[in-house]
Amino acid sequence: MVTLKEAKVGSTVRIDKINGSGAVKRRIMDMGLTKGTDIFIRKVAPLGDPVEITVRGYELSLRKADAEIIVVV
Amino acid sequence: MKIALAGNPNSGKTTLFNVLTGSNQFVGNWPGVTVEKKEGKLKGHKGISVIDLPGIYSLSPYTPEEVITRKFLLEEQPDVILNIVDGTNLERNLYLTTQLLELGIPLVLAVNMGDVLAKSGDNIDYAKLGKALGCQVVAISALKGTGIKEMVDEVLAVGRENKLHSIMHKYSGSVEHTLAHIEEALLHDLPLNQQRWYAIKIFEQDELVMQKFQAFGAELEHIKKDIAECEKEMDDDAESIIIAERYSFIEKVIKDCLRRTGKSKMSTSDKIDRIVTNRFLALPIFAVIMTAVYYISVTTVGTWVTDWTNDVLFEEIIPPAIESFLVAVGCAPLLQSLILDGIVAGVGAVLGFVPQILVLFIFLAFLESCGYMARIAFIMDRIFRRFGLSGKSFIPMLIGTGCGIPGIMASRTIENTRDRRMTIMTTTFIPCGAKLPFIALMAGAVFGGAWWVAPSAYFMGIAAIICSGIILKKTKMFAGEVAPFVMELPAYHWPTVGNVLRSMWERGWSFIKKAGTIILLSTIVIWFLSGFGFTDQGFGVTDDINQSLLAAVGSAFAVIFAPLGWGSWEYSVATIGGLVAKENIVATLGIIFGFAEVAEDGVEIWGLLGAQLTVVSGYSFLIFNLLCAPCFAAMGAIRREMNNGKWTAFAIGYQCAFAYFVAFTINQLGNLFLFGTFGIGTVIALIALVGFVYLLVRKSPEEKLEKTAAKLIAE
Repeated sequence: MVTLKEAKVGSTVRIDKINGSGAVKRRIMDMGLTKGTDIFIRKVAPLGDPVEITVRGYELSLRKADAEIIVVV
Repeated sequence: MKIALAGNPNSGKTTLFNVLTGSNQFVGNWPGVTVEKKEGKLKGHKGISVIDLPGIYSLSPYTPEEVITRKFLLEEQPDVILNIVDGTNLERNLYLTTQLLELGIPLVLAVNMGDVLAKSGDNIDYAKLGKALGCQVVAISALKGTGIKEMVDEVLAVGRENKLHSIMHKYSGSVEHTLAHIEEALLHDLPLNQQRWYAIKIFEQDELVMQKFQAFGAELEHIKKDIAECEKEMDDDAESIIIAERYSFIEKVIKDCLRRTGKSKMSTSDKIDRIVTNRFLALPIFAVIMTAVYYISVTTVGTWVTDWTNDVLFEEIIPPAIESFLVAVGCAPLLQSLILDGIVAGVGAVLGFVPQILVLFIFLAFLESCGYMARIAFIMDRIFRRFGLSGKSFIPMLIGTGCGIPGIMASRTIENTRDRRMTIMTTTFIPCGAKLPFIALMAGAVFGGAWWVAPSAYFMGIAAIICSGIILKKTKMFAGEVAPFVMELPAYHWPTVGNVLRSMWERGWSFIKKAGTIILLSTIVIWFLSGFGFTDQGFGVTDDINQSLLAAVGSAFAVIFAPLGWGSWEYSVATIGGLVAKENIVATLGIIFGFAEVAEDGVEIWGLLGAQLTVVSGYSFLIFNLLCAPCFAAMGAIRREMNNGKWTAFAIGYQCAFAYFVAFTINQLGNLFLFGTFGIGTVIALIALVGFVYLLVRKSPEEKLEKTAAKLIAE
């Protein structure tokens, strides 16, 4: 099981599942991160966290702690 | 007629609102929360108001902005929703649209920036889009002002006819089946147009909506079973099913309505971002930008105008003018004193900071609207979130080294309420410019001008922020479910001069209005306390500060400050004087010790102070005054930004308590180590220190919960 946290910068991955519940999960999904969506991992912030991704044609940043609940393939 | 303007952040909503209403705006707050509410009158039409709803991504029940929007739309039933979407980011923007369309309120969709998209070679088929969504669609450019007239005509027509669109988005079979059940069992009493929205919310088991239907015990249980079955069939929870289906509906719509010919080449924004948030260049670029902001708004332009307002306008120009006028009309001396030393000085204290605040606000508005502010949060998040702060807290703290008031006001850019409150509470721990003369005084008087005193003051300030962040984020007031840091990094774009100036003025004006009152009032109180007292002739006006009410108040406080090592009334009075403005501490001490006027660093009284205070009690006095409640102007700013009396009191109370604890520990333990004094105070200080360390290292309620959960799983 690979999560978005471990995905390599510069790679494109597909969301398989989003773990968790409540506000965190809802917020992540509201931003367009749903099952089957492709995401491109653009970069990691200079201090190592958060990460920046491209999803549904726009740029989104999220913390590694939150990226961990997103399972990708 | 009421038009509700809704849309995502960065969709051009504010620009459109300004275009629609011009200068005819009223800025306030939504009841009970610190979210800004803007209302205006539609330009060129009579009796039509436009309400600017908060910029949101969804109508979930989790953020105050989203809850306000839902509440407003459902309870106040505007005649029409004007939904603005960013044409260059259609897919995510339409997500909110799918939710707004279900509310049962007529809706017009305004696609903004379609012209920008067209330049990259992609084209939107607006007619098809309208058909697919079931509502009216117009193309506009809020920035260039094109398509606005057509849009307004369309909105007015839809609103007048109360023309409700048809719902085009149908969920999959089993979801629709459950929705029908819900409507039948629970919703038949509601107006027809609202039933679908409520049904979907009940399906999602939305906390806020569920509370409303508590009364339907048996039916609700039955419905819950239905929902569980549907969840099982779809292999996901209800909330996620709805979200996923919304997005797949949008994907289909986009596929039909967006003709992509663009060979997705890198946009200018991408190119800028490649450099600006580059692994190696990001921090140096950040440092350069911050230095520029600081240099211009604090060291140079901002200070020039502020100094001029304080030292010339409200010292040499206005007071003498008013004084000669009052003398000419034969005003009583007491009233004259109230007007000059109380009111004019108070107004001066308010207005003195306004120019600097305005200069800073120009920068903030620019950084926000060009898109760099989001990158600041991106770059600095790692450091600040450990202390319960936001990456955006950096700017308030930086500006706070110059002046705490614009510093506190700068916290306005932090969206998350908890992060913002924490920033407001801790920003003034950083020594501001006004505290520097006082630091110089203490360094000279007590420490023989030692070089380390000033740096240690900054160090203590930073340590106070870090410790407070760690302690406070575990308290009940700040604990709770952590909001995920999921932030859009909007495309860079050049802001318009009009928008920047408007934002600057709105914020500056709200400072004058809200903070001004508290500052003016407290200046008058201090004027009264220091000008009146019990003299040989009984109660009355006095010139001698030693006889004033302030001295009496000081003596009362002296008892409280005794454990800190400076329990004589002079220091209490100086501390209270510092509440008017921190540089007053030096002047007040000067007056008390019999000098009509002292130099900025109070060199005249160094000897006297040095004789009274030891290294330990002197440092305790210094630190207490650096960390305790800031000046009245800053308290006014705290009041303005908290927009809540309780939180303001908590913030100032916390600062005083924290300052007291630190000064007490310094005094007691300093005396123990340097002079070998041991007493009951030492024991209390040691216990307090242990308690402090416990507060720092204890597990937060959430961590505790996680641990118990992990343990249970292990067993």
